[in-house]
Amino acid sequence: MAVLLLGEVNDGELSVDATAKAVSAAKSLGDVTVLCAGASAAAAGEAAAKIDGVAKVLVAEDPSLSHRLAEPTAALIVSLAGDYSHIVAPATTDAKNVMPRVAALLDVMVISDVSGVVDADTFERPIYAGNAIQTVKSKDEKKVITFRTSTFDAAGEGGSASVETVAMSDAPALSSWIEDKVAESDRPELTSAKIVVSGGRGVGSEEDFKVIEALADKLGAAVGASRAAVDSGFAPNDWQVGQTGKVVAPDLYIACGISGAIQHLAGMKDSKIIVAINKDEEAPIFQVADYGLVADLFDAVPALTEKL
Amino acid sequence: MKVLVPVKRVIDYNVKARVKADGSGVDLANVKMSMNPFDEIAVEEAIRLKEKGAVEEIIAVSIGVKQAQETLRTALAMGADRAILVVAADDVQTDIEPLAVAKILAKVVEEEQPGMVILGKQAIDNDMNATGQMLAALLGWGQATFASEVVVEGEAAKVTREVDGGLQTIEVKLPAIVTTDLRLNEPRYASLPNIMKAKKKPLEEKTADDYGVDVSPRLEVVKTTEPEARQAGEMVPDVDTLVAKLKEKGVV
Ligand SMILES: Cc1cc2nc3c(=O)[nH]c(=O)nc-3n(C[C@H](O)[C@H](O)[C@H](O)COP(=O)(O)OP(=O)(O)OC[C@H]3O[C@@H](n4cnc5c(N)ncnc54)[C@H](O)[C@@H]3O)c2cc1C
Ligand SMILES: Cc1cc2nc3c(=O)[nH]c(=O)nc-3n(C[C@H](O)[C@H](O)[C@H](O)COP(=O)(O)OP(=O)(O)OC[C@H]3O[C@@H](n4cnc5c(N)ncnc54)[C@H](O)[C@@H]3O)c2cc1C
Repeated sequence: MAVLLLGEVNDGELSVDATAKAVSAAKSLGDVTVLCAGASAAAAGEAAAKIDGVAKVLVAEDPSLSHRLAEPTAALIVSLAGDYSHIVAPATTDAKNVMPRVAALLDVMVISDVSGVVDADTFERPIYAGNAIQTVKSKDEKKVITFRTSTFDAAGEGGSASVETVAMSDAPALSSWIEDKVAESDRPELTSAKIVVSGGRGVGSEEDFKVIEALADKLGAAVGASRAAVDSGFAPNDWQVGQTGKVVAPDLYIACGISGAIQHLAGMKDSKIIVAINKDEEAPIFQVADYGLVADLFDAVPALTEKL
Repeated sequence: MKVLVPVKRVIDYNVKARVKADGSGVDLANVKMSMNPFDEIAVEEAIRLKEKGAVEEIIAVSIGVKQAQETLRTALAMGADRAILVVAADDVQTDIEPLAVAKILAKVVEEEQPGMVILGKQAIDNDMNATGQMLAALLGWGQATFASEVVVEGEAAKVTREVDGGLQTIEVKLPAIVTTDLRLNEPRYASLPNIMKAKKKPLEEKTADDYGVDVSPRLEVVKTTEPEARQAGEMVPDVDTLVAKLKEKGVV
């Protein structure tokens, strides 16, 4: 059995954390070949070759592969699919865009957001916002899978895989890239941070989110938000934690002014330690928190920032 | 142009899903069912495109059990013009996978020739996030997933997408697939007169067999279990105690 793993490449650079987590998830399924695709992807390929457990790296460079548009990326993967029993990727928004397309082109089901590998055909995945875990056995000849990165430890360094280039296959130009609006930040990435400080509707405004950010910066943490905070314009969309945002499992998650709706819990309840600060002692977030503090966040969070 | 909006009947998002004692799945008997929230956003977007004059007709489609009629009536009450119900299961517990749903939708597209299909980015029951992308593949169309803004410009649509790093804007040639993210719009409530009017709007009933699509699942559900529950911890009286506890645990 052999695995083709779509590496997470952004603007020519490999997202090592997401890719290495998928490598450790996929290792038991067979020899792992990582595909790095982009307008430029050679440097990403070099980085992927160093991940422990990677047997081979394929680099595909073509202008059509820039910005990870779904149609050319899916066509490339399908052209390579013949040699592999499993085609996998970390469950990033890019991969969630591409992999179901790959699966349908191969006439197989996609298995999204896999959180556990039972055997080569059998996988666990959360459904209903994580309120149930389903074990599914695939009858398809090829398996197309995305892995929920928060449940796998990243594979380490120390690999020295061979790197080959592959040619881009033909793909019709159905879409084109116009622009990216990427928030520049010195903070760690939300999905790989050791500590996450999140704010909810209780924070009240974009201006007041600085209180949350100050604590995060003191701790070297990433900043998260509830959907209500994002919808209200207090925080950008890429900060959303939850069923339909990012799934995180840091060592420490501090929820400030967040009530604890199931859709939010779906994105953070696997954190090792959860702290909740909420002025309502009835807030459901306290039912999952290791440490709960009933307080006004505008008193408690600055005090915490000062004392830590 | 015509727009097709697939809408799915799912457990209401306010209801906590319960796993059945025999581990065969989530209990869907006697629980409140509603339209998948992302599909409400899809219907709303289609209506707004119609109000702007970019769209002439909105067709809502649902695939599943007969009861999905109610979901279609909701779409009609919001403002869809007509509806198609594809009955593919008798038992409310039956599984119809995104690949089979996409295959049926591809046949509906062949018949109806819409310029755009707007789907939800994911259904909140199975959280698969797949049907739109699969349909795009089967039709050979372009796809713009996780949309937070859609602007139709002649033969193309400019779509802003919510991605891990922030926002990405792409242009996709029509006909195309769009899937909705949370911040695309705020869906309207159907007014009482519109709910009454919706009862008279056409709702055509078909079966999966009419389209010659085999809906048998590729994924066998081995078991469904409750996740390990997290135990509530302790309440701390003040910030100093909290700081002490966190230091004790060595996380700060
Ligand atoms: C389809 C769908 C998908 C969704 N996906 C997500 C998702 O991915 N992520 C997500 O987070 N949500 C998601 N939601 C929304 C979710 O249901 C909740 O509405 C949301 O999480 C609520 O956010 P909140 O806790 O910030 O706001 P609220 O529920 O309004 O809670 C605010 C809390 O702040 C507290 N508070 C107020 N002022 C203060 C103060 N000064 N000091 C301390 N505490 C204070 C209040 O006591 C309250 O508990 C989704 C919903 C749907 C329907
Ligand atoms: C009556 C019925 C009962 C079910 N019971 C269970 C169950 O108990 N346990 C279980 O695990 N699964 C069940 N399923 C199956 C599961 O819901 C399917 O996998 C589903 O059809 C695809 O949803 P998804 O969340 O995986 O798709 P996604 O790819 O996440 O859905 C994305 C979008 O595709 C469109 N879409 C998806 N499905 C349909 C549809 N049927 N009709 C119209 N548009 C659609 C919607 O626009 C939706 O927003 C049931 C399905 C049906 C029809």
